[in-house]
Amino acid sequence: MLELLADFGETLLSTLRDVTPIVVILVVFQLGVLRRRLPNIRGIATGSVMVLLGLALFLIGLEQALFPVGETMARQLAETAGEAVRAGAVRWQDYWVVYLFAAAVGFATTVAEPALIAVALKAKEVSGGAVNPWGLRIAVAVGVAVGVALGCFRIVTGTPLPWYIVAAYVVVIVQTYLSGRTIIPLAYDSGGVTTSTVTVPVVAALGLGLAANVPGRSPLIDGFGLIAFASVFPIMSVLGYAITAEQLARWRKRRERREVES
Amino acid sequence: MQHTREEHGLPRFALAMAKQILGALRDLAPIFAVIAFFQIVVLQQPFPDLANVLVGLVCVVLGLALFVQGLESGLFPLGEALAQGMARKGSAIALLALAFCLGFGTTVAEPALIAVAAEGAKVASEAEFIGDSQAAQDRYALELRVVVAVAVGLAIVLGVLRILKGWPIHRFIIGGYVLVMAMTVFAPEEIVGMAYDSGGVTTSTITVPLITALGVGLASTIRGRNPMLDGFGLIAFASLTPMIGVLGYGMVV
Repeated sequence: MLELLADFGETLLSTLRDVTPIVVILVVFQLGVLRRRLPNIRGIATGSVMVLLGLALFLIGLEQALFPVGETMARQLAETAGEAVRAGAVRWQDYWVVYLFAAAVGFATTVAEPALIAVALKAKEVSGGAVNPWGLRIAVAVGVAVGVALGCFRIVTGTPLPWYIVAAYVVVIVQTYLSGRTIIPLAYDSGGVTTSTVTVPVVAALGLGLAANVPGRSPLIDGFGLIAFASVFPIMSVLGYAITAEQLARWRKRRERREVES
Repeated sequence: MQHTREEHGLPRFALAMAKQILGALRDLAPIFAVIAFFQIVVLQQPFPDLANVLVGLVCVVLGLALFVQGLESGLFPLGEALAQGMARKGSAIALLALAFCLGFGTTVAEPALIAVAAEGAKVASEAEFIGDSQAAQDRYALELRVVVAVAVGLAIVLGVLRILKGWPIHRFIIGGYVLVMAMTVFAPEEIVGMAYDSGGVTTSTITVPLITALGVGLASTIRGRNPMLDGFGLIAFASLTPMIGVLGYGMVV
């Protein structure tokens, strides 16, 4: 218990250190440029303290409960799969448990990502409820799941990273021209917010563990790239979700009109 | 928006927190399920330190609930008040300076970036771009961090400029993608993986809500801008320019 308290204090300090530059910049601009007191400063201060405390508590909990389990599991899964194939050449099919784990972890960590929750809340508020925050988060999480699983497949097969990323970019460009204007900025943003506090450590451990255990891969070179996958694929899944929803709505409207006419 | 939750007294706060805790439980349920499933069914091992894990889980749930509760009353109003103040002030230069400082200042000390830059320095030394002394690696890692932080600063500047002018976002992003693809061909192979990853690690949990609120606040204060169309997109810029910066750095060094 005492150890936990000490850990909490340490995490709180490091969180404070991370936000110090933000606080300094905000105070300088507020006092130096705007020269005005913030409206409702008490509410903002209380809320900011809650965000800090909450984040520190969240991080310490992750370190206690999730990261050790997630990291050990990533390593063990990669090792078990690695042993099975060490005798012969690397066959990508032998790693199916790893892909399954990658997809499940990618999905689950993204749903819990605090930054994504924040953006989804904002999107709901701005769109007047048209964007369903839960739907948005599920779409993003599906994208991360597919991306991370494909990224693991790439590490196992050792195929060049640029092929995948360039192909993904081409798909995103095509989708951009197919989808409605209003969803595009939000979809692009969803790529950047997925990879924060929860997702990066677990996914990075998975990539490093896999690269270290697959014969012929170097963790230094092949361990990179999973985060890139996790940042591009959500853009695709959000745009895909929006395009499908739009087409469905159009199709439904057309059918209704036909029913009225007949 | 409920800015003044603490003025409604403790019972109100307790009720709101209870709601947030339920929400947090729902958000975290998938993680719990995945970890339990793989530990028990696939690996068939008991949890290594169950008591610690349980205490950790309680911390995670409480922490997420507090964080989300504080967003609505703290970070969002802060970003919006700042955006409105700057927009009323009417000085584009001050606004762009703030944009650069926010991007640069929040990135340069980002722990995830420090970790990735250190890894990148190891790769570079293995590929013999730089000497394998610790000093050479440290310098390389520091330069990478500065490059990424400048890139994020410029990204927010460009993104804010876009909001002011109402330019459509997709031209910038697609242009950026094309640039990344072209640079991939010319950049040394060893730096490509690290460059691609650098886009994802720059935006932290505190920065994202603040920057989003800033963008949306600007777009809703400036006449003729639509918060949905123009307010979002700052994060997208901040995840694209670091790739260009790091690829460019790899081509120069």
